Formats: sequence, C-alpha cells, structure tokens
Amino acid sequence: MGKAIVVTSGKGGVGKTTTTANIGAGLAALGQKVALVDADIGLRNLDLFMGLENRVVYHLVDVIEGRATWKKAIIRDKRLENLVLLPSAQVRDKDSVTPRQMKQLVDELKQEFDFVLLDCPAGIERGFKNAVAGADQAIVVVNPEVSSVRDADRVIGLLEAEEIKCIQLVVNRLKPSMVKRGEMLAIKDIVDLLAIDLLGIVPEDEGIVISSNRGEPIALNQTMKAGQAFCNISRRLMGDEIPFVDWQEDDSFFSRLKKLFGIS
Amino acid sequence: MFDLRRLWGGKRGSKTQAKERLQLILIHDRSSLSPELLDLIKQRILDVLTEFVEIDEQGLAIDLEQTDDTSALITNIPIKAVRRNTRVL
Ligand SMILES: Nc1ncnc2c1ncn2[C@@H]1O[C@H](COP(=O)(O)OP(=O)(O)O)[C@@H](O)[C@H]1O
Ligand SMILES: [Mg+2]
Repeated sequence: MGKAIVVTSGKGGVGKTTTTANIGAGLAALGQKVALVDADIGLRNLDLFMGLENRVVYHLVDVIEGRATWKKAIIRDKRLENLVLLPSAQVRDKDSVTPRQMKQLVDELKQEFDFVLLDCPAGIERGFKNAVAGADQAIVVVNPEVSSVRDADRVIGLLEAEEIKCIQLVVNRLKPSMVKRGEMLAIKDIVDLLAIDLLGIVPEDEGIVISSNRGEPIALNQTMKAGQAFCNISRRLMGDEIPFVDWQEDDSFFSRLKKLFGIS
Repeated sequence: MFDLRRLWGGKRGSKTQAKERLQLILIHDRSSLSPELLDLIKQRILDVLTEFVEIDEQGLAIDLEQTDDTSALITNIPIKAVRRNTRVL
C-alpha cells in the first residue's frame, strides 16, 4: 500500500505544481510507481509541466462522477513508464467534488502506486479540503518571503486540524546571494518560525522556466541545481539521508583561484 | 541627507525585519479565534451566567483583543437582575 502526499502552500504561485511534477519525476526515476493527481480543479496545470497536455482525454471530475474509471483517465508519462498523471478538469464547478469522494479515489490509487502526489490549489477553501482529504502526509512549499511564510503557517494549522501527522517543509526559490547579504530569510529562520521538519531547499533557477517551457521536469536534469534539489527531496522521501545543500555559490578567494587553475 | 551608516553596511539587512515581523504576525495569527468560535464561547458563557443572573443578551459583547505580545478575551456582560434563588446562596 502506497503513501498519499499532498503538496500545498496556501499562497499561490510559490511552486506547488513545480514541486509535485519534479518530486514525482524524481521518485519515478528512482523506480517507484507514482501517480500525480492534479487536484487544482478548474485550473489545469500539472499536465503542462509534464508535457502531457495533448494527451488529456478524461479528467479527475470525470472519474469522480463515474464517466471514466481512473485507469482509463490516467496518462502515462512519455519518459518514465512507472509515472502517471490524473489531470484536472479545466472549466468546472469545483464544488462538484467532495472530500469523501477524493479520499475514496486516493485510497484506490494507493493500492496500485507507491506514491500518490496531490497538487493542491491555492487557498484554504473547498479545493484545499478536497486535496487534503485522502492524504497521509503533507509537503508545505514556502518561498523565503513574509507573506508566503505567514500563509504556510495557517496551512500547517489546518493540516494539523485534519490530523495529518507528517508535515514537511520545502523552501523554494531561495536566492543564496540575497541570504548572504542579509536581505532574505535564511533556511534556519523559516524552519524556526514554522517549526516543522525540513524536507528540501530548492534554489531560484531559471532552468525551471526553461524546463516548463519544454514540458520536461527539471528533476530529470542533474546538471541543473534545481534538478539536483528535487532529486534530493525524492530520495529523502524514500528514507535516504541526504545532507542539505544551501546552494551558496562558493566565491571565496581560494575557490576562485582554484577555478582559475582549473582544479575544482 | 547622505547616510554613511548605510554605505558601511551599518543598516541591518531586511531579513532581520522580516523575521521579527513574522514572529509577531505568527503569534497573532495562531491565537486568533474565528467568529464562529467566539459566538460559541459567548453562548456558553450566557448559559452558565443565566443560571445565576439575568443578563441583557443584546448588550453582551465578547471580543478578542490583541496587541503585539498579548491576547485577551474582553467581555462586557450587563446584568439586569440577580435571580431571587441566587441571593440566598
Ligand atoms: N525554484 C524556482 N526558480 C525559478 N522559477 C520558479 C521556481 N519555482 C517555481 N518557479 C516558477 O514560478 C511559477 C509558479 O510556480 P507553480 O509551480 O505554478 O506555483 P503554484 O503551483 O504554487 O501556483 C512558475 O512559472 C514556475 O516556473
Ligand atoms: Mg499550481
């Protein structure tokens, strides 16, 4: 029986969908059977990040309302055969789905997959409740910004109220140079404020925009920092102990000197 | 005027401000009560008090007051009369 993990944040645009796609791809690359569920009903996005938008036929609401079985609705990934996506509906009344129905669906998926990752919509309304209903664990994505940290704290409170015990933090869009200048919250600050376990640190990386242009998760590209960061997260989810990297550019005098002589 | 301290990095980075503000914001957020909960509390207080005194329900107010570092439930309960059977206690 697999695990269901909801990826949430409260605030929009912090990187929930990016995180879901990349952790999913990372886990699948490690040989896990993974189902991604786009629970952002009304705003279908996850299919784009996976480059699967042309294959969408049935969607989540079709499955919930019995027009298609989940087996029929899932789309297999192009690159990884053990990765599938259940896309979300595009234009729909999002209140047509209830938390109970979602839980039932997620429970069925857990029979078949090692990991079920749920991409949560922004906000803390019905869509949030639906996405959380079937989840065993949660990943809270936060940006190193005041408003994002505040929303994350609210969401953590709501997840605790839903009796979700394992709530882990991903700090996304960290800019190490700003942290160094004292102009951005550091990882330790955020972890201290939110008081939950850290799962990963993802740096700001323009490679994420490039990979989303292409519809290829950056996790499959180990030459990119963000790609490595997401792979580390996937491995931690499988229980590996991977040290945290703060993605600081090493620009000390000696490292520059070493680079100059090509010995790093 | 030209600020020398700023030039020499004497001014604290904005991160410190972000952290300090968040510390207060989160205390505040974590201790806030929803209006529904406040209504429930109000009803329960009424239930208990009306056993002993007659209360002007319209005039009853209960609010959560928050400052930077404290939270308090402030309530004002106008009493119309003490019940006869309470007086003998
Ligand atoms: N680490 C990052 N570096 C650069 N851009 C990022 C990063 N994470 C997310 N983004 C960009 O931010 C935008 C919002 O991300 P998305 O995953 O859609 O957020 P959400 O699902 O929380 O609304 C996307 O355009 C994405 O490319
Ligand atoms: Mg999204």
